[in-house]
Amino acid sequence: MTAALIFEQIINGLQFGLTLFLMAAGLTLVFGVMGLINLAHGSLYMVGAFCCAWVTQQTGSFWLGLGGGVIGAAAAGALIEALVIRRLYDRDHLDQVLATFALILIFSEGTRMVFGSMPLYLNIPNALTGTVALPGVEAYPLYRLFIILAAIAVALLLYALISKTRLGMRIRAGESDREMIAALGVDIKTLYTIVFALGAAIAGLSGALVGALRSVQVGMGEPVLILAFVVIVIGGIGSIKGALIGSILIGLVDTLGRIFLPVILKFFMENSSANSVGAALSSMLIYLMMAGILAVKPKGLFNASN
Amino acid sequence: MQVTDTAPKPVTGFKFNREGATNVAVMAVLLALPLWASSVGEDYYVNLASLITIFAIAGVGLNFAIGQGGMVSFGHAAFFGIGGYTAGIAAFHSFEETLFMSVPFAISGTNQMLIIWVVAMALCGLAALAIGAISLRTEGVYFIMITLAFAQMIYYFAISWPTYGGEDGLSIYLRNQIGAVDTDHALTFFLICFGLLLAAIFVSARLSGSRFGAALGTARMNETRLATSGINPFPIKLTGFIISAMITGLAGALFAELNGFVGPSMLSWHRSGEIMVFVILGGVGRLYGPVIGASLFVLLETYIGEWTEHWQLLLGFALLGVVLFARGGVMGLIAGRARHD
Repeated sequence: MTAALIFEQIINGLQFGLTLFLMAAGLTLVFGVMGLINLAHGSLYMVGAFCCAWVTQQTGSFWLGLGGGVIGAAAAGALIEALVIRRLYDRDHLDQVLATFALILIFSEGTRMVFGSMPLYLNIPNALTGTVALPGVEAYPLYRLFIILAAIAVALLLYALISKTRLGMRIRAGESDREMIAALGVDIKTLYTIVFALGAAIAGLSGALVGALRSVQVGMGEPVLILAFVVIVIGGIGSIKGALIGSILIGLVDTLGRIFLPVILKFFMENSSANSVGAALSSMLIYLMMAGILAVKPKGLFNASN
Repeated sequence: MQVTDTAPKPVTGFKFNREGATNVAVMAVLLALPLWASSVGEDYYVNLASLITIFAIAGVGLNFAIGQGGMVSFGHAAFFGIGGYTAGIAAFHSFEETLFMSVPFAISGTNQMLIIWVVAMALCGLAALAIGAISLRTEGVYFIMITLAFAQMIYYFAISWPTYGGEDGLSIYLRNQIGAVDTDHALTFFLICFGLLLAAIFVSARLSGSRFGAALGTARMNETRLATSGINPFPIKLTGFIISAMITGLAGALFAELNGFVGPSMLSWHRSGEIMVFVILGGVGRLYGPVIGASLFVLLETYIGEWTEHWQLLLGFALLGVVLFARGGVMGLIAGRARHD
């Protein structure tokens, strides 16, 4: 257990947290603006990964694939918004949960029909293979560093978009009073479609980036989706700042817990049981943390509506 | 029996209207088909009916939380799974003749269903007490996500805890017993499940018609009003949540017996979604709605599943159609919209 290992794990946790943020940002944006709980967000993540893998296969270029993933997910998002999601804004959350659960079934089965059940593999582009030396870590995978930087760039862009542009102003206005901005002549329907597609595009980017790290397969979005829920519950639903802090917190706690809990437990019990108890405990750790935070702050750390 | 959606109205028994007639018809078919199937030696269909019945019990449990209490739990798979694991673990220790725990008291396994049911429901009640105590501090979308997250927590715990099979699950080699009753007989097991379904519906109806049910219904419609009339909503909702979890947990124990297997898939969030689907397909707040929902779900899975492996696609479209265009579920289509708040 060296300082270098600890540092490397912290960077891994940061990378995991930032990919979670890409998911959570779209979820929390859609909830904040439209008041919609969207379970199918994980499906858009999956669509992004599959589009990226397919375009990369066809063209041989990961970068085109990445673009394809973002565009594919955004298009899928705009499509389901226009066909289904739009009808759900006025419904209660139960209907929203059920309808988007149905969308998950449709997306998963549809993808399985097109691509089959076998996972696809997406190779890391040549320019990003290899490792870099970071302070304290001799060889850190370049691609993981790229994910960190890409996610930070998206976070900054999102911040600039929402706080500095006219579109962002309308989004914020829609968040606080949808009737009023409709009365002022803003086309609220189109605005909602844009917001939904924006969230979908970020989810698709996240899916494409992570797809190259792991495999691209049906159902890949669901574990991430649930973690993203935990993130936005901790951060406060509707708050992008909360989503950022919540996701980094979750990423660090989860990654470090998995590595260090078994080690710590070895001081108290024998090796084999320390490993199994540690594994069981660390898989529950973030949920326990969530319970702890909610016990103190039932509306999350940064509640947007207060 | 008529579901009373306006809470304070007591359940007065069977009413002959469209909903009452549908209820009787559905229950009669559900009882008659396995009797007939068993008489011609088709145990497959008896087991299918048992599956419908068990899913219906799980749905009745969730329906009590959603329909009566307005608590949209997306984590009822947790209780379904805890019930299942109780049956599995009890059978495991009984089969291996080992102790579940020796400190501070010795607890051995058992193969007696009655004991397992009580323990399963008690454990689900305790889990619901803990989960509810935290989750019910929140409401709306937070509640949905938190119940989901707690169910995931238990799911991951089951996966990473190797003693009881971890990811592979646990087989129940010999179905548990009730005294001298031959529970291995398919029809006997179905009748046990059917009896428990009736009991669950009865309990749910009696509670809905009671003072407690009235308070719970008011908590759904307007918590402030309930609080103004001098009743603290929190303990009412928590009690409702616990009762709901216990009914679903009982279904989980039966499900494990039916399959002779319990695994983490019982705890997965897809299961939570499915239990919710039973409730919605049938019609939220309708006493017998989950029976209709579970029947449709199982029949769809079985018969479309025979025809194409992509039956989930059709389930997705069917579900989407019901949510978007047939609010109130199948019972809503048959008997008209419920008098909703």
